[in-house]
Amino acid sequence: MKRKNLISRICADGYLGLVLALLYLPILLIIIFSFSGNSYFSFKDGFNFDSYASLFDSEQSAGLLNALKWTAILAVSASVISTILGAFSTIGIYALGRRWKKITLTINQLPMINSEIVMAVSLMVFFAAFSFIFPQGLTRLIISHVAFCTPYVVLSILPRLQRMDPNMYEAALDLGANPFTAMLKVVFPYIMPGIVSGFAMAFTLSLDDFIITQFNKGDTGIETLSTYIYEDARVKSLEPFWFAVFSIFFVVMFTLLLIVNIKRNNTTAKEAKR
Amino acid sequence: MKKKISFRFHRRAFAYPYMIFLLLFVVVPLVIILVNAFLTDDGQHLTFAHFVEFFSNAGGGLTVLGNSLIIGAVTTLICLVIGYPCAYLLAKYHAGSKVLVLLFILPMWVNFLIRTLSTKAIFMALDVKLGMGTVLFGMVYNYLPYMILPLHTTLVSIDHSYIEAAEDLGADKLTVFLKTVLPLSLSGIISGITMTFIPAISTFAISEILSSSKIFLFGDAINMHFSKTTNSFGVGSVMSLVMLVLVIVANVIVNITNKDEEVKSSL
Repeated sequence: MKRKNLISRICADGYLGLVLALLYLPILLIIIFSFSGNSYFSFKDGFNFDSYASLFDSEQSAGLLNALKWTAILAVSASVISTILGAFSTIGIYALGRRWKKITLTINQLPMINSEIVMAVSLMVFFAAFSFIFPQGLTRLIISHVAFCTPYVVLSILPRLQRMDPNMYEAALDLGANPFTAMLKVVFPYIMPGIVSGFAMAFTLSLDDFIITQFNKGDTGIETLSTYIYEDARVKSLEPFWFAVFSIFFVVMFTLLLIVNIKRNNTTAKEAKR
Repeated sequence: MKKKISFRFHRRAFAYPYMIFLLLFVVVPLVIILVNAFLTDDGQHLTFAHFVEFFSNAGGGLTVLGNSLIIGAVTTLICLVIGYPCAYLLAKYHAGSKVLVLLFILPMWVNFLIRTLSTKAIFMALDVKLGMGTVLFGMVYNYLPYMILPLHTTLVSIDHSYIEAAEDLGADKLTVFLKTVLPLSLSGIISGITMTFIPAISTFAISEILSSSKIFLFGDAINMHFSKTTNSFGVGSVMSLVMLVLVIVANVIVNITNKDEEVKSSL
């Protein structure tokens, strides 16, 4: 019996390993051959750092730098705005009457469930119709990013707020705090983990977005990393330059995500213990 | 008491800016799409021409939709066949190991363009002909994590005593799986299917990149109608509405199955 268990366990792990290999093989190959200096997936020129050197002196270098700059500006401003908007509105939504709460949360879900391309197109048409209020460029991009990020912030804060004992807030009021102080010193610290993970979520979503940015960037010269990749690498074959960019991107993204997720697991584990 | 009432009003007011924001930037744009579908492209007259054009398949729009539905269904099926055993085995043998689960989910956070272009480069280096096969591979590769995530969440949350009860009552392994695990994971299967199928039919760029623009899907079609060169917003709007209807239908199904689950677990 024991032996049979062991065999099925080995089979199980073998299968899981196979699927993981499938998921990571393309990524690993790109990272390995980013050290070959060519895009033929062979080490005929030996191991070298040419691809990485080309980051600084290729014709795409300026474009990449421009894209990185806009990606950072957009991700930071969109995630900060949607976190602030999301945090306050979640507190508000929680206090709403039943009917309005339901309506707001349903509409809040729309950007999450809707097909990305429909949202992108609808925003594009909307901005075009009111182009006198919303100038092309960063304004439109920030608004559209906030529109698809905030729902996730709201939904990561709301469960914590629902778990909070309402008496805590009342107690603060009884002890002489005014509503504002009570909010600042009692409610906010309690929902802080939700705010932090909402922020992380908004930041990654904004960083990762392609379709909505592609439709709403207009022609003011704003490119994010994804739209620039699409413009440059789609038609031509992938140059060594992009091997280096992708490898750096993979490594940075994975490290960030692992840290964020492991940290989140630790906090939930700690809370479960409590 | 009076103080409390005045405060409740204040707290509720925090939601108002966001409610206006949602109305402006989520609801109104969709309404504009709806209106656009009924307007001539110069915006002057009411017309049903766009609906007629799409549903009579004049521009081949219906064919593209049909192809996308088939490719989406095949992608979803492959993801389910590969993903269900994954989620099941993860829940069975590695329930404690969050890092391993994370490894299966992480790829979905790496930009899909980067992953798709990497796959294309590898296919080209291997001299694989770009076409239906490569597109399907790219789709499965992209959406597999979206299938595994909801499946795993449901499978992990199944109360183990149900399985033990079935075993005690004499069910063999296959019966336990078919009559206990599978029905209990139905809500996960449905949301996995939705999370894979909807993006798969509406994605643009994946099919374009992995077939060298030979295979044209619904997302690509919507993109084309809204591009500056074609500028046929009307038909594009009709297509967006069709997509929106598909999204809503899918989510109604998800909600119904989830509600059933809730009722069942409360019994």
